[in-house]
Amino acid sequence: MTGTGKLLRLILRRDRFVLPAWVLGLGLLPYIYVTGFDTLFSTDQERIGYAHISAANTGFVALYGPLHGDSVGELVVWRGGFLPVMVGLAALLTVIRHTRADEEAGRTELLGATVVGRFAPLAAALTATMAAGLAMGAVVAATLIGHGLPAAGSVALGTVFAVTAGFFAGVGAVAAQISGGARGARTIAVLVLGVSYVLRMAGDVSALGDGTLGWLAWLSPLGWGHRIFPFGTDDWGPAALAVLCTILTVAGAGYLLTRRDLGGGLVAGRLGPATAAASLRSPVALAWRLHRGLLIGWTAGFAALGLIFGAVASSVVALAEDSAGVGDVFARIGGTDTVLDGYFATVAPICGVIAACYAVQAALRLRDEEQSGHAEAILSTDVSRFAWAGSHLIFALIGPAAALLAEGLMAGLLHGDVALLVNAAVVQIPAVWVLAGLAMLLIGVLPRLASLAWAAIAGCLALMMAGPLLELDQLVLDVSPFTHVPRVPAVAFTGVPLLVLTLIAAALGGAGLIALRRRDIG
Amino acid sequence: MADVIDVEGLIKRFGAVTALDGLDLRVPVGEVHGFLGPNGAGKTTTIRVLLGLMRADGGTARLLGGDPWAEATALHRRLAYVPGDVTLWPTLTGGEVIDLLGRLRGGLDRGRRDELIERFELDPRKKSRAYSKGNRQKVALVAALASDVELLILDEPTSGLDPLMEEVFREVILQEKRRGDRTVLLSSHILAEVEALCDRLTIIRAGRAVETGTLAGLRHLTRTSIRAELAGPVHGLAAIPGVHGLTTEDGRVAFDVEADALEPALRSLVAAGVRSLVSQPPSLEEIFLRHYTQDGAGARDEAGARDEAGAR
Ligand SMILES: Nc1ncnc2c1ncn2[C@@H]1O[C@H](COP(=O)(O)OP(=O)(O)OP(=O)(O)O)[C@@H](O)[C@H]1O
Ligand SMILES: [Mg+2]
Repeated sequence: MTGTGKLLRLILRRDRFVLPAWVLGLGLLPYIYVTGFDTLFSTDQERIGYAHISAANTGFVALYGPLHGDSVGELVVWRGGFLPVMVGLAALLTVIRHTRADEEAGRTELLGATVVGRFAPLAAALTATMAAGLAMGAVVAATLIGHGLPAAGSVALGTVFAVTAGFFAGVGAVAAQISGGARGARTIAVLVLGVSYVLRMAGDVSALGDGTLGWLAWLSPLGWGHRIFPFGTDDWGPAALAVLCTILTVAGAGYLLTRRDLGGGLVAGRLGPATAAASLRSPVALAWRLHRGLLIGWTAGFAALGLIFGAVASSVVALAEDSAGVGDVFARIGGTDTVLDGYFATVAPICGVIAACYAVQAALRLRDEEQSGHAEAILSTDVSRFAWAGSHLIFALIGPAAALLAEGLMAGLLHGDVALLVNAAVVQIPAVWVLAGLAMLLIGVLPRLASLAWAAIAGCLALMMAGPLLELDQLVLDVSPFTHVPRVPAVAFTGVPLLVLTLIAAALGGAGLIALRRRDIG
Repeated sequence: MADVIDVEGLIKRFGAVTALDGLDLRVPVGEVHGFLGPNGAGKTTTIRVLLGLMRADGGTARLLGGDPWAEATALHRRLAYVPGDVTLWPTLTGGEVIDLLGRLRGGLDRGRRDELIERFELDPRKKSRAYSKGNRQKVALVAALASDVELLILDEPTSGLDPLMEEVFREVILQEKRRGDRTVLLSSHILAEVEALCDRLTIIRAGRAVETGTLAGLRHLTRTSIRAELAGPVHGLAAIPGVHGLTTEDGRVAFDVEADALEPALRSLVAAGVRSLVSQPPSLEEIFLRHYTQDGAGARDEAGARDEAGAR
């Protein structure tokens, strides 16, 4: 453990912008929701009506989690139910970045030769991430208490954030030991997060009905957070469970660390073919090898999402029939008339944003290839920069489209109206492409800041989640390409905005490609 | 026939850092050309400009008769490159990488590929992430050497190879050399390798060529060290320009002498009567150390500094 303090300072220095960004960005959102609800409801009556219908709405419960009361605090906890997913994501990415990614880049080796203990890099990464989680929890609690919400509930919600960050930091630490590289570690850890979300969703939705599968939510670390019930029962049992499991994951990561070599993983490498298949002879063929895992994984994930959304839809229909009177608030939040259409119109853009994550991830592969020196090897052969960049860009465009299509298809098959739901899914594609184009532009013009494309996605998500609630100015909302996507099926399909978005995407991507041709590589 | 590489007054800046500061480099057809210089001298940067990966800020660079920036892809069909820091796609096997790079270059000789894999004792079935540094280097070397190209650009190709493999590398390059039509630009820090392989070499320092020529020519520029036992006292030796670091002790003399002063110096030794004589040609190390450690803008105009080197 020697040297942990020194490494910790190094991490805090390297992340001096990133850590505060996610601590404040996510930590302040509950407070923003409170102010949003304050302006949304002019009377308690309205709020209570909204709470009651929301609590029974399968779609919302699936997305955000269960809602158990009608106080402002409980509404905020529920509406912010997606935030712990983002907290977990930020935590696991931070830990992997400072352990596995550093190891891959050889920085750990460099440090390992100095007076730094074997466990120090892991300990420093975990400490930094967990401290950030605690700070975020404190921000949540302090802002809510400051706004006059009950102190116990505010602290409980802060605890949800902190323990979620802690647990997924531990998950990141374990994944970093299991896999052979940073990319593999991220895939494993994000998969755990995704499975947690789906388990939580299935358990909570089942609890609305006969509840036979309600226990599924208890298998999910995200589900524990919801079971603390801030502003309701403020139950500390699940928090203790989360802390316990965090300790177990951290101990597990420490144990695994002693069982592997620096640079190695537990998943041993197997031998492969001694010669390349005849088809491996072009940049696109290489890109296919590099992107196929991503493509298959994301498409399968989206198909699963589609199944869940489609399955949930039928219960939403039933709900719509006996809640005619309270549709007003939904109309204001979702901009739609019927609850079912509102449900799909809520779900579709979220799928769009998630697909945009895939698009940006695939596009940034280009920058990865450049930084790792692979581009140098390719570009010193008979391959032009256009061909090289295009081979990756194609997957950033086609991949998310395939994933969205799979989602729409699966939802449609279960719900019955395939054409309608495929339409709702594929209208997101041009907006997704805009973000892929933006990533390409950044790679071409500001390669060092290419990961800002992630910030753009976070911005879109924030506008989508908080924008309507805060009744933000339309000009601000218009910044996000997703604002311009017709809210099919609630609103009739229109082609013009999609065409414009596609043209914008093409312009951004084209400018990025031209800039890439003119700049130095490496 | 025009030179394969013809670089004149090349300038490349990275912000405030001037990596190349008026570099000249000329490599004719069929030559194995050594490219040397201390760390950060600009060797890799020169190669990147030649490969069209970077655009120069000034000067001219011609590669195989073309413009390396504007005609990059067309020129790349005729050359193969081994980067100094070989990184491979972790999920591809070594064999796959060799085939892929060869095909992207326009095809590779299957028999030659297999022969090289055997000579370098490389297991092509391993995933790249499992290779050691030396083995990654071998993958890039096999991919480059198995392609039928006019020009090989090798950036420290043997860093990471063990001495046995380094020997194999030398044999392979000598074999290429015998063909006579392949040109090799070899950046290296290993003097024995340069001595064994290169016809001519260019030494660069701080982005500028400080010396270029054949090894024999470079030797000529430096001093021979002489030790002799004499029958009688020697006269006038110290007065000869070009004799440095003269010590006399009990009829023994030791000094370093520049090539031009060798003849008069020996004459005065003979006049005194020579009992025994040992002469040592300048080692390559000396040549390099001189250029690496000094502001070696001119080879002959820094006698004082040279005395320092001679005292080693
Ligand atoms: N992409 C870059 N950005 C900024 N500076 C750079 C870049 N590439 C090289 N440099 C700088 O240019 C100079 C020359 O570097 P270069 O890599 O060409 O040296 P080299 O001769 O290959 O050294 P070595 O023997 O260590 O490989 C160095 O000062 C280096 O720091
Ligand atoms: Mg170099």
